[in-house]
Amino acid sequence: MLTLTCPCCGVAAEETELAPGGQAHLRRFGPGSSDDDFTAYLFDRANPRGVHLERWRHAYGCGKWFLAARSTVTLEVFGTYPAQTREPPADVVARIRQRHPEWEGSR
Amino acid sequence: MKRYSVFAVARQAFAHHQGWEKAWASPEPRARYDVVIVGAGGHGLATAYYLGRNHGITSVAVIEKGWLGGGNTGRNTTIIRSNYLQDPSAAIYEKARSLYETLSQELNYNVMFSPRGVMMLAQTEHEARGYRRTVHANLLQGVETEWIGPQRVKELCPIMNIDGPRYPVLGALWQPRGGTARHDAVAWGYARACSDMGMDIIQQCEVTGIRTEGGRVTGVSTTRGEIACGRLGLVVAGHSSVLAAMAGFRLPIESAALQALVSEPIKPCMDVVVMANTVHGYMSQSDKGEMVIGGGTDGFNNYTQRGSWHHIEETVRALIETFPMLSRLKMLRQWGGIVDMTGDRSPIISRSPVEGIFLNCGWGTGGFKAIPGSGWAMAELMARGHSPLAAPFGLERFREGRFIDESVAAGVAH
Ligand SMILES: Cc1cc2nc3c(=O)[nH]c(=O)nc-3n(C[C@H](O)[C@H](O)[C@H](O)COP(=O)(O)OP(=O)(O)OC[C@H]3O[C@@H](n4cnc5c(N)ncnc54)[C@H](O)[C@@H]3O)c2cc1C
Ligand SMILES: [Zn+2]
Repeated sequence: MLTLTCPCCGVAAEETELAPGGQAHLRRFGPGSSDDDFTAYLFDRANPRGVHLERWRHAYGCGKWFLAARSTVTLEVFGTYPAQTREPPADVVARIRQRHPEWEGSR
Repeated sequence: MKRYSVFAVARQAFAHHQGWEKAWASPEPRARYDVVIVGAGGHGLATAYYLGRNHGITSVAVIEKGWLGGGNTGRNTTIIRSNYLQDPSAAIYEKARSLYETLSQELNYNVMFSPRGVMMLAQTEHEARGYRRTVHANLLQGVETEWIGPQRVKELCPIMNIDGPRYPVLGALWQPRGGTARHDAVAWGYARACSDMGMDIIQQCEVTGIRTEGGRVTGVSTTRGEIACGRLGLVVAGHSSVLAAMAGFRLPIESAALQALVSEPIKPCMDVVVMANTVHGYMSQSDKGEMVIGGGTDGFNNYTQRGSWHHIEETVRALIETFPMLSRLKMLRQWGGIVDMTGDRSPIISRSPVEGIFLNCGWGTGGFKAIPGSGWAMAELMARGHSPLAAPFGLERFREGRFIDESVAAGVAH
C-alpha cells in the first residue's frame, strides 16, 4: 500500500486515508487568457510514465492538501511537500535526480 | 489462409493436428508503410482490419511493444453492452455490439460472443430514476433495453439477494442482447484476418519516437529500426500520453490502474452479466466456471499494471451483500490494466495537432465492448478524413465544451 507522509500534520498516512488530486503545479489561466491556454489548463495533463508531481489530500486525517513527488512506474515516493509552492523543494528534486538524472523538471 | 471449419477439424484430427498453419505471420518490419498503427490491442487491430476491408488500404503495419492483445484487451472482464445515455455513445457502442453479433462468421474465428443479457442493478432511488431515463433514451436511439422490477431480476439471476439491508435491488436496466465475448479471441481473430490481407503485425517492437517534418508525421523510431509512414494511428490506451509526448502534444487523459479478479471455477450458477454500480462491483461467470469480478479504478496516476489491494477488498465486500454465496468462494487470480481516463468518460477518436497522426484512446474502463465499432470509425477517419461515428469524439470537444458526459451513465468501470 502506498504510504505518504503528510507535511501538514507529520502522519505517515496509508493510501486509504488519502484522496488523490491529480497533477500539481498547474498554472491557472483565467478570464482574458487565450483559448489554448485555458483549454490546456483545464484539460491537458502531463500524465508521465515516470516522475509525477501530484496533489493529495489527507482526507481522513488533518484534511489538508499537500504535494508529492512519486514515480508512476515504480510507485517510489521521492518526497512530500507543502502545497504553497510553485516548484518542488531542492531536497525533493535532489532525490528525484539521484534516480532519474535525465528528469527535466515539472514543465 | 486456410479456413477453419468442422471439416478442417476433422481433417486435422486424422493428421494428429500437425497441419495447422500459423494464425498470423511474424515478419520483419519493412522500411515504409502507408499506415502504421501503434498498439496491437483490439482497437488497433480492428482499425487495421477495417482499413483493409472497408477502404482497401493494406499497406499497414501494426506495431506492438509486447504481445498482441497483451494490454487491456487481454485483461478486461469482457462485458459488451450499448445502453449508454448520450446519442453519440449509443451510436458507436451499438454499432460495435451489432458487429459483434456476426464477428465470428466474418472473421472465421470463434470470438465466443455470448449475448446472455446485461443487467445494471438500481440499488438507490436515484439510480432507479437514472436507469428509467436511460431506457427512454435507448428507445429513441434504437437500442433495445428494458426496465425490469426486482422479481424479474431474481428470476433472471436466482443467486442474487434482492432485499439486502443496505442496498436492496429496486429494479434493473436490462439489455437482453448485451453479454460477453472471449477477449483474446477478438484480438487473435482480427490479427489473423489482417495478416491474411498482407498486413504486418510486428510484436516485440516498441515505438520510442515519432518523426515529423514541417508539422507532418513521417514515421516512427522503434526498437527494431526506423519505419516510415504516410499516416500514423496511436491506439495505445494507457500509454497514449507517452506517445503524445513523443509527438509534442498533451492529451486530456490520465492513466490509472483498473483491476479484476476471478474465483475458482464452479458449476454454472449465473447466466447473465450483473453490474452493481452503487456498490462498485460487477460479475459474470466465464465458460470455465470462474466468477469474473471487477470494480472501480484506483484513484492515482499509475503505469504499474498493479492496483491497490484495498480496491479489491471493497469490490468483494460490496458484492457479497448482493451475492451472499460468493463468501464461500476462493479467489484464484487478480490483475490490473492501465486505463486511459478522460474527464467525460468518453473516448477520443480524432485527428491530432500533428498532421497525419490520428488518435484512438480514452476508452478507459469500458472499451472492449466498442472494439469493432471503434475500429470501423477509426479506419473511416484515417482513410477518408471524416467519419460520422467518430465526429462527436474529436479532441476539440474539450475546448468547445461539448462533452459527451457518460460519467454518470457509466458509473462504474466495465
Ligand atoms: C481490469 C479491466 C477490466 C475491464 N473490463 C471491461 C469490460 O468488462 N468491458 C469493456 O468494454 N471494457 C473493459 N475494460 C476496458 C478495455 O479493456 C479497454 O478499453 C480496451 O481493451 C482497450 O483496448 P485498446 O486496444 O485500446 O488497448 P490495449 O489492449 O491496452 O492495447 C494497447 C497496446 O499498445 C501497446 N503499446 C503501448 N505503448 C506502446 C509503444 N510505445 N510501442 C508499441 N506498442 C505500445 C501495448 O503494449 C498494448 O498492447 C477493462 C479494462 C481493464 C483493465
Ligand atoms: Zn495530515
